[in-house]
Amino acid sequence: MFPQILNFLSQADYVNKYVDQFGPNGARSPDSSYWFPEQASSIARSNDSLYMAIFWVSTAFFLAIVGVMCYFVIKYRRRPGVCPQPSSSHNTTIEILWSVLPSILLVWFFYQGAWDYLISKYPPEGAEEVVVTGKKWDWTFTYPDGDQASELHLVLDRPTKLVMRSEDVLHSFFVPAFRQKMDVVPGRYTYYYVKPTMDGIFRVFCTEYCGDNHSGMKTWCHVHKDDATRKAKTEWINKDHKAWENGERLFKLNCAGCHNINGVAATGPALNAIWGSEESLIDGTKVKVDENYVSESIKYPNAKVVAGYGPVSKMQTFEGKLSNQDIDYLIAYFKHLKQPGSGDTAGAPATGAEGNGSAAPAAEPAKTEEPKAEPAADKPAEGTGG
Amino acid sequence: MAVADTHHHDHHDHGEFIAHHFDNAEQQFDSGKLGIWVFLVTEVLFFSGLFVAYILWRYHHPEIFQQAHVFLDKVLGGINTVVLLFSSLTMALAVRCSQMSNNRGTAFYTLITMVCAAIFLGVKAIEYSHKWDQGILVRSMWAYTLDHQEAKLGIAQQLGVSDWLIWLSIVPAILLGVFIVASVTATLMAKPIWSKFYAGLAITVGGYFLGALGGQIYMKNYEAREAAGTAQVSPLVLHADDKAAASAQQHDHTGEHAGEHGHAGEHHDSHHPDPKSLDRDVGVFFSIYYCMTGLHAFHILGGIAFLSWIYFRSLKGHWRSDYFGPVEYVGLYWHLVDLIWIYLFPMLYLID
Amino acid sequence: MATAEVRHELFGHAEQKNYLNCSKGALSWLLTLDHKRIGIMYLIGVSVALLLAGFFALMLRTHLYYGDSSFLALKWLFGEAANYNANKVYNQMFTLHGAIMVFSFIIPSVPAALGNMVLPMMLGAKDVAFPRLNLASFYLWVFGTGFLIVALMNGGLDTGWTFYTPYSIETDTGVVYATMGAFILGFSSIFTGINFLVTVNTMRAPGMGWYGMPLFLWSLYATAIIQILATPVLGITLLMLIAERMLGIGIFNPKFGGDPVLFQHFFWFYSHPAVYIMILPAMGVISELISVHAQKRIFGYSFIAFSSVAIALLGFLVWGHHMFTSGQSIVVNLIFSAITFSVAIPSAVKVFNWLATLYKGSIALNTPMCYALSFIFLFGIGGLTGLFLATLSTDIHLHDTYFVVAHFHFVMVGGTLTAFLGGMFHWWPKFFGRMYNDFLGRIGCFLVFAGFNLTFFPQFVMGARGMPRRYASYDPEFQIFHQWSTIGAFVLGIGIVLSFAVLLHAVWFGRKVAGNPWGAGSLEWQSSSPPSFHNFDHKPIFHDPYDFDALVYDKGLDTYVAREFMDPNQVPERVPVTH
Repeated sequence: MFPQILNFLSQADYVNKYVDQFGPNGARSPDSSYWFPEQASSIARSNDSLYMAIFWVSTAFFLAIVGVMCYFVIKYRRRPGVCPQPSSSHNTTIEILWSVLPSILLVWFFYQGAWDYLISKYPPEGAEEVVVTGKKWDWTFTYPDGDQASELHLVLDRPTKLVMRSEDVLHSFFVPAFRQKMDVVPGRYTYYYVKPTMDGIFRVFCTEYCGDNHSGMKTWCHVHKDDATRKAKTEWINKDHKAWENGERLFKLNCAGCHNINGVAATGPALNAIWGSEESLIDGTKVKVDENYVSESIKYPNAKVVAGYGPVSKMQTFEGKLSNQDIDYLIAYFKHLKQPGSGDTAGAPATGAEGNGSAAPAAEPAKTEEPKAEPAADKPAEGTGG
Repeated sequence: MAVADTHHHDHHDHGEFIAHHFDNAEQQFDSGKLGIWVFLVTEVLFFSGLFVAYILWRYHHPEIFQQAHVFLDKVLGGINTVVLLFSSLTMALAVRCSQMSNNRGTAFYTLITMVCAAIFLGVKAIEYSHKWDQGILVRSMWAYTLDHQEAKLGIAQQLGVSDWLIWLSIVPAILLGVFIVASVTATLMAKPIWSKFYAGLAITVGGYFLGALGGQIYMKNYEAREAAGTAQVSPLVLHADDKAAASAQQHDHTGEHAGEHGHAGEHHDSHHPDPKSLDRDVGVFFSIYYCMTGLHAFHILGGIAFLSWIYFRSLKGHWRSDYFGPVEYVGLYWHLVDLIWIYLFPMLYLID
Repeated sequence: MATAEVRHELFGHAEQKNYLNCSKGALSWLLTLDHKRIGIMYLIGVSVALLLAGFFALMLRTHLYYGDSSFLALKWLFGEAANYNANKVYNQMFTLHGAIMVFSFIIPSVPAALGNMVLPMMLGAKDVAFPRLNLASFYLWVFGTGFLIVALMNGGLDTGWTFYTPYSIETDTGVVYATMGAFILGFSSIFTGINFLVTVNTMRAPGMGWYGMPLFLWSLYATAIIQILATPVLGITLLMLIAERMLGIGIFNPKFGGDPVLFQHFFWFYSHPAVYIMILPAMGVISELISVHAQKRIFGYSFIAFSSVAIALLGFLVWGHHMFTSGQSIVVNLIFSAITFSVAIPSAVKVFNWLATLYKGSIALNTPMCYALSFIFLFGIGGLTGLFLATLSTDIHLHDTYFVVAHFHFVMVGGTLTAFLGGMFHWWPKFFGRMYNDFLGRIGCFLVFAGFNLTFFPQFVMGARGMPRRYASYDPEFQIFHQWSTIGAFVLGIGIVLSFAVLLHAVWFGRKVAGNPWGAGSLEWQSSSPPSFHNFDHKPIFHDPYDFDALVYDKGLDTYVAREFMDPNQVPERVPVTH
């Protein structure tokens, strides 16, 4: 009648697993300050500085407020026989000053916060891509060459873009040491950028409540000095096929009937060079071929039909026939077709097709992004995952 | 839902109608007026969530929203629109009568308004049952079939209507019986006001059956046109046809359907989609359709309840030229319900 | 000038013929249309909700004392035979704590309980505009809370009070019951809002214009605006969630092409204005407490009045700041962050205005004033920590950690609950005609203050260090903070219980007081204590509620009266009395 107790990472396991990183008491890294974890990414220092700036300003205001309050309470306490002295209840000058001056501080906080945020959202060209799959209640990481592991392994000073998707409910990928976090959403891809600047082992948490073992959905992020160390030290799983090889197999089974990879248009467009290109749709708009677009087109072929193949797409839907993992493999295959070797781990940059790194903050596509209208799951907008 | 209203008078107090906590009648009327308007604002915001959902879905699935309206019948929707507009007119006339202390007039026009509301619900019942027969349901339950379900209930077969219509009509039928009996009983017990009240309610429920009858007659005609191939068809259907032409599966269905009599008329298979290949996403449109029209129908039901309260008080002769607030408040509510339908009809039935 | 008998009748302690004893029997309470009785019924109801949700809080804090999920696994009770899924139980506890607190306690507490008791009298009216709607609001509260209890007993609820999809669609707990409960509670809130808005608009005392209203009324008016505009959106959101769960309409469920983030937009479009429903009336209470107990006109009346309405309206534009990491676009994040900062300024300036009110006042350190000062301290921290969360870059790190938990508890408990308790201590003598033991009241205030700080301040540090929220177990480095937090929670609980006990004791055994023991200027004090059924036995004479010089102390009655009513045989005394 009652469900089983789950196994958690007990205190002993926590300590024993990486005992050379942490002390015998499972203490925090010696690189941490009192307030924060260690500064292990390129944005951590500016993040902490801004936090401390807000902290000191807040403390100053708070001490002033409480100090004045205590002073008044003592000085003007009620004494028998003493009337309150007259004083004005309105003073335009003071009221303007104490509205405007704090506002200036707030503008500074907003500006600085927005600036740091924008920097953290745009990795440079050639960021390595790791696909993160969250499901209740663990994480799977797929590396560019198709290898998979259950812990995240990065290389020091290498900008990395995590392409994240959930199999079931909302999750969130959080590495406190990196000061970076992004929700992992079912039905679409979201993106997480980090440039690790400290080698070591850092905690990874799921920070969006996802059910029974939400507190157990934890893993580790290892930052290695170089690729060779990473390859050697990682506990890889799924060593048989690279991701793009699986994708090739699926393509032959499901897609080759209408799509070919010779550049020849058939019942459907040729797919060998589409990855990252701009396609024109039947309604005249353009769309970039990225993970969201490919996933959407496989599940809802009529959503964005390429010009010349309308008005109604002849493609059947593969929802229910191809799993999300299969779609990931197909995407890896398209990337491979566009730039062979993009799956190698020898430090070669992943195909620059994502283009997110090349877009300057000001060039954010001016879509119809009203604050109220959140695009539905399949909108393939670049940078929206940001 | 509770009533946003003011208060009717104390019976023990020589017909004094100002509630105790108000200083004067003007304060009471102003309060009631402001109260009902504020309540209407909350109703608009309540529906706004669904309007936002509609806008978002339409934006993301234009290919469905531009075509799916053809599954809906514009004539039936149009009839409903006219009926509701007419009911707003009679409601306004009822308010006017109450302002002139004409209680009989108020009762009369309120009753007509209630009947119109019930006719609306009757036509809606036809629309819904017709769709449910074809498996036109929300996204997760989408099960569009080439043909209408056969009626299994004896009554349905006798009347030549859908099973679903029978299920929907059980409660109205019971209510009709109850109200008729109650009215007769009240007459026998020499309580004329109650008798007229129940009679009015019975007439209202009769309106539902009138609407259903009218809708059913229209649907027979429509199915005849479908069979002759002159009815309008959704391009989504045609699209599925292309696919159907490519696979041999469709031809098996033709033979099966030739002899079926689910509803009157046969179905020309070149105008019907292969249910297996039609995108289930058309169910997206119907999710929003059922939510919006369902919530609206619920508000119509509530409106009938409020109107019956006004009707009762008219029979009791409560309205005077210096006290008619509640009629006006219910009138405002009714106009809002009508206005919401004026938005729903083009959004769901007309635009492509 | 009024005779002594008339003065006693109007402003004295009313032993006979007050609203509490004018009619007897359970039905006279359950079917009452008297706003004061409805307010008391609300008070009893929300207090029960507070204690129930507080119990859940103590359970989960005890569980978190140990980082290994052993407490709720009940091994300490059943030994090795226990096989409760501790995480499942924990998840239900934090969800129910949140849902009951937010929907059944915090949102109705100040407006429905205190507001119902005070608002009509402060306006000089006999009742609210729609007394039967008022009673309906109360019963809707009862049914809504009842549904939440039913959910508790039918599978519980483990989605978090925020009901995020798709988890809330697929979990097998009593989500439908709970959302129905929240839906019904929403209508209770809407009807209260309609009632208050119309009452303030049409039933002010003659001579009371908009700028003659006490600030508590301005805050209730602004709150009513939010209740009316925001709550229906929650209603439709919950209905859509139920439809998604039961019918699969495919709006939020990605399996059917829906968007789970859309739910978050709909939900927070209500829930952010909801937090202003929670805090604006509380701020209104503080304005009253500070001005009355410092016997000083409130500083910057116009600003405080307008800022209440401004906060109410601006609050509709910032909901996206709960979703900075949800995957919404960069542009949207920038816009929401910017507007969020704009909402911060009016709240900060209110705090400055309260401090300026204390300047050159005559500050009595009684229980209500202690709560008001406590509010300034705690809300100050709560508001300032909101800045960290409005700032985009720091929020990315702090979102969904204990930092956020600490922030919202500082504003909701340190803000709303503190003001609620302070308001009760302030108006208790009016509505029960009895004075409580002020010393014990202050002890209760101190325990609440100290316990609260101990509970939640360590959580800021934990959150910045990375401790995620809604975790049933945690890494050992966070344990010391959790342990301090648990100890503080029990101190806080004792403080709350003590405060309630002090007030309850006073109802039957407190020293009797007359109409205006504090020397307050708003109209509700121009009546006997407890007030009569119709509130005022005479038409209250409107005067400026913050003009404390218009009141004189009447030794015979031991109360303050307006100068028009003073005893001609006495020398008018203005000096504030210490109670």
